[in-house]
Amino acid sequence: MEYSEKVMEHFRNPRNVGEIENPDGVGRVGNPVCGDIMELYIKVEGGIIIDAKFKTFGCGAAIATSSMVTELVKNKSVEDALKISNRAVAEALGGLPPIKMHCSVLAEEALKKALDDYRKRSKIAASVKAVKGAVS
Amino acid sequence: MKRIYLDNAATTPTDNRVVQAMLPYFTEIYGNPSSLHAFGQGAKHAIEEARHIVGASIGAKPEEIIFTSGGTESNNFTIKGVAFARREKGNHIITSKIEHHAVLEPCHFLEKQGFKVTFIPVNKYGLVDPADVEKAITDKTILISIMHANNEIGTMEPIAEIGKLARSKGVYFHTDAVQTLGHLPMDVNELNVDILSASGHKLYGPKGVGILYVRKGVRMLPFMHGGDHEQGRRASTHNVPGIVGFAKAVELANEEMGKEIEKLTFLRDKLIKGILSTIEFTRLNGHPIQRLPNNVNVSISYVEGESMLLNLDMEGIACSTGSACTSSSLEPSHVLSAIGLSHELAHGSLRFSLGRQTSEDDIDYVLAVLPGIVGKLRSMSPLYKKEVK
Repeated sequence: MEYSEKVMEHFRNPRNVGEIENPDGVGRVGNPVCGDIMELYIKVEGGIIIDAKFKTFGCGAAIATSSMVTELVKNKSVEDALKISNRAVAEALGGLPPIKMHCSVLAEEALKKALDDYRKRSKIAASVKAVKGAVS
Repeated sequence: MKRIYLDNAATTPTDNRVVQAMLPYFTEIYGNPSSLHAFGQGAKHAIEEARHIVGASIGAKPEEIIFTSGGTESNNFTIKGVAFARREKGNHIITSKIEHHAVLEPCHFLEKQGFKVTFIPVNKYGLVDPADVEKAITDKTILISIMHANNEIGTMEPIAEIGKLARSKGVYFHTDAVQTLGHLPMDVNELNVDILSASGHKLYGPKGVGILYVRKGVRMLPFMHGGDHEQGRRASTHNVPGIVGFAKAVELANEEMGKEIEKLTFLRDKLIKGILSTIEFTRLNGHPIQRLPNNVNVSISYVEGESMLLNLDMEGIACSTGSACTSSSLEPSHVLSAIGLSHELAHGSLRFSLGRQTSEDDIDYVLAVLPGIVGKLRSMSPLYKKEVK
């Protein structure tokens, strides 16, 4: 098993590590068998993901895919971000060893979950707004 | 960059003196030991001398030593060879949950052939309780196989005691001594073993050669069928340079064992103490005292092993991990699971195995570098954040 130069580069210098205060969406996924746990935070403005950060417990591939997925979603619309597949993440990293492909699945799942969370939150926000509007 | 090799339990560098001893057997004394002419007899003489040296080093007669291709073959040879030779007597084998895959997998294979295998659990230090072995013995038990020392966590098993038990019940007793031959004093009579496996490349010898000690009178089917090499027990033209190298490695190990154990124990304890005292949320895996002089195995909470291993490698330090992410199964180490570690702790394990070439400077360097790596990975770990809050 060998990692691509790109994987190692993202592993050495992961982008967007950390949390976002008051995020618009959070996706937390974990694979108890493999032991990877990933948290993805997004900030959305006007339907565009303006910031993304992550925290990951996991192997080299898990950290590199986390880093890459945050790069890929930044400045994308929510609709476009939903289309990012695990394959796209792996390809952007110059490929992953077959045994590590599940790490890219985890990145996709974290992203889907964060976007899902965003939708739920905005629905709630919208209904709160509507209720507030009705009361005033 | 300076590179520090702390993965000697995986394999050791071949000692240059071993290489020198082997060289003539590639190009000068290259005959087939089975040949009657002078070329063959020169080689034959060399392997018989090697057999003598290896046998004497563990209290065995030369004819009780069979040369094999390594530890995995020796273990397969034993498990299958005894099972098929003694299947009329019984179909039950006892082993432990923390054996090397080279023992566990032949056992799983035999289960598919209708044999019954009991896998004895271990305590939190990785120790097999001889009382558990005793309870597991039935009138169908034909073989007990318990390793001398565990390759991952370094725990030394009570072999002599289990051997005594096995003998009193008339059951063959095998030990996988791959991690101990050449590292610790060993006598097959004191250990009460009938069969013992060892490998050349774990004791500064060459890869591709191992031994099986088989006590006189023990019945086993041959593993390789072909010519009548090794008293008809293991066909295949002898690996003459390998066998010569193995014996040279054993010779050197015996000469240097005393001071080697002393040096390694000191460095091992320094590294353990250093890690546990400078990095919080760490634990030692394996027995604190009853352990191999060169083995350090720690679990570092909230970080994953492979990412630590890669970071250490970038700093020039080579070690290994029991994390699933480096194995092809994605399951964490069966040994760390057997001693009761949670998935996360098993994933956060590192094994440093010291060797002949390890210096105190190397240990100091690891202790200087590791806390920073752990800190960096913890800062991006969602688990650490939760704990600290």
